[in-house]
Amino acid sequence: MRDLKPLLSYLKVYRKKLYLGFLFILLSITCQSIYPMIIGSAIDDISKNDFRYSLLSYISMGLGLVIIGGIFLFFTRQTIIVVSREIENDLRNKFFSTLQFLPKSFFDKFSTGDIMARANNDINNVRNLLGPGIMYSVQTFFRTVIIFSILVSIDFKITVIALIPLLFITLFVYKVMKVTYKRSLLVQEAFSNMSTKAQENFSGIRVVKSYVREKFEINEFTKIAGDYQKKSLSLARIQSYSFPMMFLFTGLSIILVIYFGGLGVINNTFSIGNIAEFVVYLNQLTWPMIALGWVTNLVQRAIPSMKRLTDIMEWKSDTLNCDGLNKTNIDIEGNIEFKNVFFKYPDTDNYVLKDINLFIPKGSSLGIIGFTGSGKTTLINLITRLYEVSEGEILLDGKNIKDFSRYELRKAIGMVPQESFLFSDTIGNNIAYSSESIDEDLLIKSSAIAGLQKDIEDFPEKFFTKIGERGITLSGGQKQRTSLARAVYKNPKILILDDSLSSVDTVTEKEILKNLSEFMKNRTTIIVSHRTATIMDCDKIIVIDDGKIVEQGTHNELCEQKGIYYRLYMKQIIEQELKEI
Amino acid sequence: MEKKKYKKIQEEDVLGKQIDYLLLKRLLSFAKPYIFSISVATFLTILISVLSAVRPRLTPIAIDDKIANNDIPGLQIIIIILIGTLFIQAGVQYLNAYLTSWIGQKIVFDLRKKLYSHVMNLNLKYFDNTPIGRIVTRVTNDIDVLYEVFSSGLVAVFGDIFTIIWILYFMFTLDVSLALVTMSVLPLLIYATSVFRKKARDSYRKIRVLVAKMNSFIQEHITGISVVQLFVKEKDTIKDFEKINRAHTEQNKRGIRYYAIFFPVVEFIGALSIALVIWYGGGQVVQRSISVGVLISFIQYIEMFFRPIRDLAEKYNILQTAMASSERIFELLDKKSDIVDSKSPVIIKEFKGNIEFKNVSFAYNENEYVLRNVSFKINEGERVAFVGATGAGKSTIINLLCRFYDVIDGEITIDGINIKKIRQEDLRRNIAVVLQDVFLFSGDIRYNINLGENTISDNKILEAISSIGLDKFINSLPDNISHRIYERGTTLSTGQKQLISFARALAFDPKILVLDEATSSVDTETELLIQKAILKLISGRTSIIIAHRLSTIQSCDKIIVIHKGQIRETGTHQELLEKEGLYYRLYQLQYKSVI
Repeated sequence: MRDLKPLLSYLKVYRKKLYLGFLFILLSITCQSIYPMIIGSAIDDISKNDFRYSLLSYISMGLGLVIIGGIFLFFTRQTIIVVSREIENDLRNKFFSTLQFLPKSFFDKFSTGDIMARANNDINNVRNLLGPGIMYSVQTFFRTVIIFSILVSIDFKITVIALIPLLFITLFVYKVMKVTYKRSLLVQEAFSNMSTKAQENFSGIRVVKSYVREKFEINEFTKIAGDYQKKSLSLARIQSYSFPMMFLFTGLSIILVIYFGGLGVINNTFSIGNIAEFVVYLNQLTWPMIALGWVTNLVQRAIPSMKRLTDIMEWKSDTLNCDGLNKTNIDIEGNIEFKNVFFKYPDTDNYVLKDINLFIPKGSSLGIIGFTGSGKTTLINLITRLYEVSEGEILLDGKNIKDFSRYELRKAIGMVPQESFLFSDTIGNNIAYSSESIDEDLLIKSSAIAGLQKDIEDFPEKFFTKIGERGITLSGGQKQRTSLARAVYKNPKILILDDSLSSVDTVTEKEILKNLSEFMKNRTTIIVSHRTATIMDCDKIIVIDDGKIVEQGTHNELCEQKGIYYRLYMKQIIEQELKEI
Repeated sequence: MEKKKYKKIQEEDVLGKQIDYLLLKRLLSFAKPYIFSISVATFLTILISVLSAVRPRLTPIAIDDKIANNDIPGLQIIIIILIGTLFIQAGVQYLNAYLTSWIGQKIVFDLRKKLYSHVMNLNLKYFDNTPIGRIVTRVTNDIDVLYEVFSSGLVAVFGDIFTIIWILYFMFTLDVSLALVTMSVLPLLIYATSVFRKKARDSYRKIRVLVAKMNSFIQEHITGISVVQLFVKEKDTIKDFEKINRAHTEQNKRGIRYYAIFFPVVEFIGALSIALVIWYGGGQVVQRSISVGVLISFIQYIEMFFRPIRDLAEKYNILQTAMASSERIFELLDKKSDIVDSKSPVIIKEFKGNIEFKNVSFAYNENEYVLRNVSFKINEGERVAFVGATGAGKSTIINLLCRFYDVIDGEITIDGINIKKIRQEDLRRNIAVVLQDVFLFSGDIRYNINLGENTISDNKILEAISSIGLDKFINSLPDNISHRIYERGTTLSTGQKQLISFARALAFDPKILVLDEATSSVDTETELLIQKAILKLISGRTSIIIAHRLSTIQSCDKIIVIHKGQIRETGTHQELLEKEGLYYRLYQLQYKSVI
């Protein structure tokens, strides 16, 4: 229960509306409770043929009560359920905004699927508790109190007798729900086993087919599907109990009233109209009794869900606070210096960067080359503070980057990541991502630098063309160039290209590099690549191998050294030759 | 492009409406094997409706005859009968609920089994062109949707109809005019329900759309979180999200309103019906034409009568949802495999291993040929290496040899027989393929080597493991070959995974071995192990190798150089090097180590 405590602060915001909702519940239940009395007296009058009021006034009273009660019921839902939706909204906003400021290491740890499950299922579980959960508990409380006192006022003994079977319903629903929940978890597990098996077989279909294992794998799947069927049936067995049992207990309750009430009528302590009233009231009590068992279950489900949400919403986003987000831009010149920088990923032992010392003067360009996994991307992610250095320091204009706010730092850097991630929005909005409004001249200029203007002219709606799922699909090269245009549009002091022209053909690449060299005057450029052609014109080139800088110099210097760089260069010349054969 | 897509959707919609009936008929045909159980369930359902109408019938007897006449023993008898029917009814209800679930599960299981076998026997083209997630959804979620049709749908519809008929019967036999009065509110109820259903369904649809929008927004911004953060767009993103979230909440609130109106309205209609019965019936009682007991039992009938009518509308909804799923399922079931066995196949259990490609041309997409007029011959026991740049067409040769795809022109023969004449099963049983990215199944090491083939004993597995040089590693594991591998072997190193896939091929002891060597680098020790293992693997059988290692190439009898879909050079390593042609350049590029 302690895990639900954070919810109190959310509820507090809407407390006025909630109290109002409780009032509506009380009123609607009062109406509903008086209604059977009217029916009861009407029938009594009919059976005695002695009318205190005319039938018509009984009926209009009855219907009037139902209408008024209905109106209150309407407002009950309009307050309590609406509040639960509002809190759901607040929770989801909080959840999402927390995510936005979490460090990259968090996203390395939690899969997208896991986060999505929390945003959907867990928030839903909590909302069910807040909406229907609160509504039904309060309804049950009021209704039980009112009906109980009415029934007692009619006849205490028969009330007790009639209520015994109903108490069993609550107990029973609680038990059944508990078992149901456990078994449905088993069913879910069996279902996911089935999906996993299918997923595995379909992904590994080449192996399955090469080794002629189709029949065997179909058999295996059938076994798992059989297990799923078995688990589902075991769930069905317990679920099949629910309705007949409730039916049995309510039925018993009514039969008991008829019998003991009948005896009472014979003894003149009870009237036939009383029997009718009891029947109606007991029917009214059945649903709240069922609901009570149901609500207990909602609580059980909401507790772990709320915990899973709190786990993320209270994640220590240590260095990643948003304090600096609103500070104005300060002048950054773009001198970058690495001083004895070491880095290892959180929760690992091996350093992926070792003793990096490097100076990149403002306005110059640096090329970084190395094999896959050598540490190139990591080095770049340290400059943007997607990750924090483990040891040593990185200086920007002589000041430790940790002393800049993230806003200042990242405003100054234009980054073109390795995987060119674009949003499913228009191409124009993607390029102008960094600003709130679109500067058309800048848009055209940036796409020209990125060699994208011709592509855009070919798009059906130019810059307004939607890309992604519901729009056109871009080629790998187009994506990379859009991603580059986006960074250029930002007009950054420092531009970083992380192997981001790999899908662009060599001719276009050359053209883009030429455009860039014009644009990058007075800006610091860092280009990571696995192609020597991309970086050979840089002012300085470093070769990274196994987390260390192993060679550095200009293209000519490195060629003379006849090391890794030279061999990579030669290879790429041959590759080019092969293409032309 | 856009317009074309739009048109296709429209066409599907129209088609969907036209074939609904046929679809339902086809869907119901899966219920045929369970016709007996369904009959029993239907009988039970009818029994329930009969029983449930009995109790209100007994109530007036208890009240009018027994209580009014002070007949206590008579009352007791009626009470005992009432309790008896109550228990019987509860018992039958339980049986029926379970039986219908059982029927639903059985049918769904059959359907799933059928669909899965069908999919597994489709050819590779389907898997290469369809996202795996989509196929998984077909055999899991889509089929599960149908469960409701067969469990709560099919039988319950009969039940509801019978309940309605029975209650009508009882009401009319009790008192015709009161029955008519009760039913007078029916049009109102049906109207209210249908209006509500329509509104609720529309609102639900809109909510689904907004949920999908919200989810894809969250998903997109989790995947692209680095971009968001690098461009300092956190606050703007949150603002955008809040807008979507708000729209979702508002739509939900609209939905709440429908429910908030509907429930009181239904209650009002019920009350109205009771009021009418009292008003009209009360007069009748006064005139002594009906009894008070009859009046009370009518009040009970009203509730029992309205429920199945509301339920029937529910069932209609279930059926509608199921239509979309069954359409997708049947579409997949109707998909035919392009590659089928010859009607009169040549049965060969064991190949000798002579392979020949005669003027083979192939394209995955129309007119984009990846192989052009390729001819070569590999004799029994020969080892041949294929060399070429990425995309030259090497993997396609494997795909064609295993008949994962059929050649467009020319033919492929094994031991002089066109592979189209050989049963796919026989063909693939004789060829073991070791792929570049090793695919491991979740299961123990034993299973990953024998792939569940019982004829490959533990001894044989251990033999394969030690020939490959994997014994030291396997022995270091706590459960040896029973050691469990999780999700594609994430706990194993690249080298270990490769060696396991070698052991797999060796255990199957094929006549022809196809090896697509992995390029990923491993440590020196493992590299030596792999080199040795490859030699072991290719010895004594016809071997086709897409080679990336110099040591592998040097141990081959012949090298075939493929460039842009054509064979450009053939010869031994030395011969080709001396030629200083394509191979010479490829050699420098791929085999001369960089460091």
